[in-house]
Amino acid sequence: MRSFVEAFAGYDAVVTPSGSCAASARHQHKVVAQRSGDPALVREVEAISPRVYELSEFLVDVLGLVDVGAYFPHRVTLHPSCHSTRLLGVGDRCERLLQAVRGITMVDLPESQECCGFGGTFSMKNPDVSVAMGADKARHVRESGAEVLVAGDNSCLMHIKGLLTRQRAGVRVMHLAEILAAQEAAA
Amino acid sequence: MIATRTFLGTPRFPIAAKEALADSQLRTNMRNATHTIREKRARVIGELDDFEELRAAAADIKDDVVANLGRYLEQAEEALSRAGATVHWARDAAEANRIVVQIARSHKVTEVVKVKSMATQEIELNVALEAAGIAAWETDLAELIVQLGDDLPSHILVPAIHRNRSEVREIFLREMGKVGMAAEADLSDEPAELAGAARRHLREKFLRAKVAISGANFIVADTGTLCVVESEGNGRMCLTLPEVLISVVGIEKVVPNWTDLEVFLQLLPRSATGERMNPYTSTWTGVTPGDGPQEVHVVLIDNGRTKVMADEVGRQALRCIRCSACMNVCPVYERTGGHAYGSVYPGPIGAILTPMLRGVGVDEATDAMPFASSLCGACYEVCPVAINIPEVLVHLRENVVDSHRGGVPGTLMTTMKGASWLLGGGWRLGLFQKTAGLSTRVLWKNGMIGRMPRPMSRWTDARDLPAPARESFRAWWKRTDGGRMDDGFSNTPGKGTDQK
Repeated sequence: MRSFVEAFAGYDAVVTPSGSCAASARHQHKVVAQRSGDPALVREVEAISPRVYELSEFLVDVLGLVDVGAYFPHRVTLHPSCHSTRLLGVGDRCERLLQAVRGITMVDLPESQECCGFGGTFSMKNPDVSVAMGADKARHVRESGAEVLVAGDNSCLMHIKGLLTRQRAGVRVMHLAEILAAQEAAA
Repeated sequence: MIATRTFLGTPRFPIAAKEALADSQLRTNMRNATHTIREKRARVIGELDDFEELRAAAADIKDDVVANLGRYLEQAEEALSRAGATVHWARDAAEANRIVVQIARSHKVTEVVKVKSMATQEIELNVALEAAGIAAWETDLAELIVQLGDDLPSHILVPAIHRNRSEVREIFLREMGKVGMAAEADLSDEPAELAGAARRHLREKFLRAKVAISGANFIVADTGTLCVVESEGNGRMCLTLPEVLISVVGIEKVVPNWTDLEVFLQLLPRSATGERMNPYTSTWTGVTPGDGPQEVHVVLIDNGRTKVMADEVGRQALRCIRCSACMNVCPVYERTGGHAYGSVYPGPIGAILTPMLRGVGVDEATDAMPFASSLCGACYEVCPVAINIPEVLVHLRENVVDSHRGGVPGTLMTTMKGASWLLGGGWRLGLFQKTAGLSTRVLWKNGMIGRMPRPMSRWTDARDLPAPARESFRAWWKRTDGGRMDDGFSNTPGKGTDQK
């Protein structure tokens, strides 16, 4: 927590490419800081927390951008991720950013709102349930017919990708930032 | 008489869950049932334009009740006594069971009929009654299926949710005759026929019983009125036919008045069964001479609830109205079913309520419960009394970890300590990433790591693990001055480092 304060104090905005991290900084950090019993630390954390943004929030709300000028001519499906959706309430910001990408074809992910089963330590403490949930998510990704699965959370992606590559599913897994940064020459 | 099974001896959740996950019939039954009820709930909640307001009101009412519980309980006791009911207070399960057994014994009965009740499940009343030579007949259809099948409940509202109709048919054919009226030999698995068999089997017991035992969904404090909400009419039979009625009720079930009750009667059926209104709502206030039971007892149980009240974060769990919406949407519960939780309260609410009622740091199985969640938050989203279940789960995890401090550190603790040290200093992380990146280049050429030994096998048994990047973000940022001197190295953002 002290490292967090040291690193981020004094910036107008802290942007993280992860709904979970943003949610943690906004909701959990204060709780953790309170445990230290140091009121100064709590104050500092409280000052930074509201300035932490998940990438899509920062682009859409702070920069006012929807079209970032990206080019990505592929069939893509979005895993909205629980913490972005339920803890941060990012709504359709990721979809809007992706819809504005030139060349992209967005396809629906069945049961998209369901958790992929990563869940941080849950994935190691309850590996069997975690994998059972992830297997269903991976199946839905394949059913969607997408070439690429995208999400705003690398943790979900690491889990789902691990299952997809083990299954030799042939679906590419990318972070939202990677698609938004894709350019015509490079794509 | 049927010997009631208990959850005692259920292994820790990860172990019990592993076994449940391998049961394909269970998986199918649970998927079908939870998805059906989930959709029904979403439909009828969607019809309300004031769901959020109702939910906030319900949470406020319950918080007020918990904050002023003593006052409301005394008010309820006074009103109940005035109306001719006898109020008993029980500190724990043993005390509550003793009271109920004593009342039943005083009427020299060998059997009682029961309305579905979580409080009596929680205190394992049936076991206590059996020990006293009194058979307790469950009359709710799903409870009957569980009881006849020598099974355990796996859901708060639909305790036989893990069974499908062909399994129910087999249980009825095999077991009904042993304890009462047998099912017809040509019984099919049509729901209407199964319900018919249950109706005939139970009617005999309703008409014979002298003593009935119920719980209550609510106690209205100012009038001393108990309320039971149900779907099958078995409750109405038990509450009106026998001479003696004993209701075992958790102390948090009190609501101040009928206006407050109305809020919950809107929320409960919609959240629970996905119905706008439940088929049977029974309310009774003590004894009405010449009508219904002439001896009415109310056993108010604490059994850990005051302990929960003392927990500032956890006390919101006492708002729970036992609707089960949280378990119906839970992706973990959907896959494991309820038995793996090892408690009469399974699913998300069970994962917080059970450890708080039992206390953490006492046994391994209870301590594993707050970890039986991916913290996806679906439960909080649907909870009609806005219990922030993920928040309480995290809080309880903290309590569990705290309760084990000072002992021999386990794998997780050691890993966390290591991670904390590594992440606590930028240079340490940098060095680690550099080393990991170097070894990666040698060992894993395609960027994904396959099977690894324990404890990493917990991840890699079923999933590949991405190898650390060849160059860390930190190192790349430094080398390229934040991307301003991009040298086209493949690890730079925007070029994609993904599967080759």
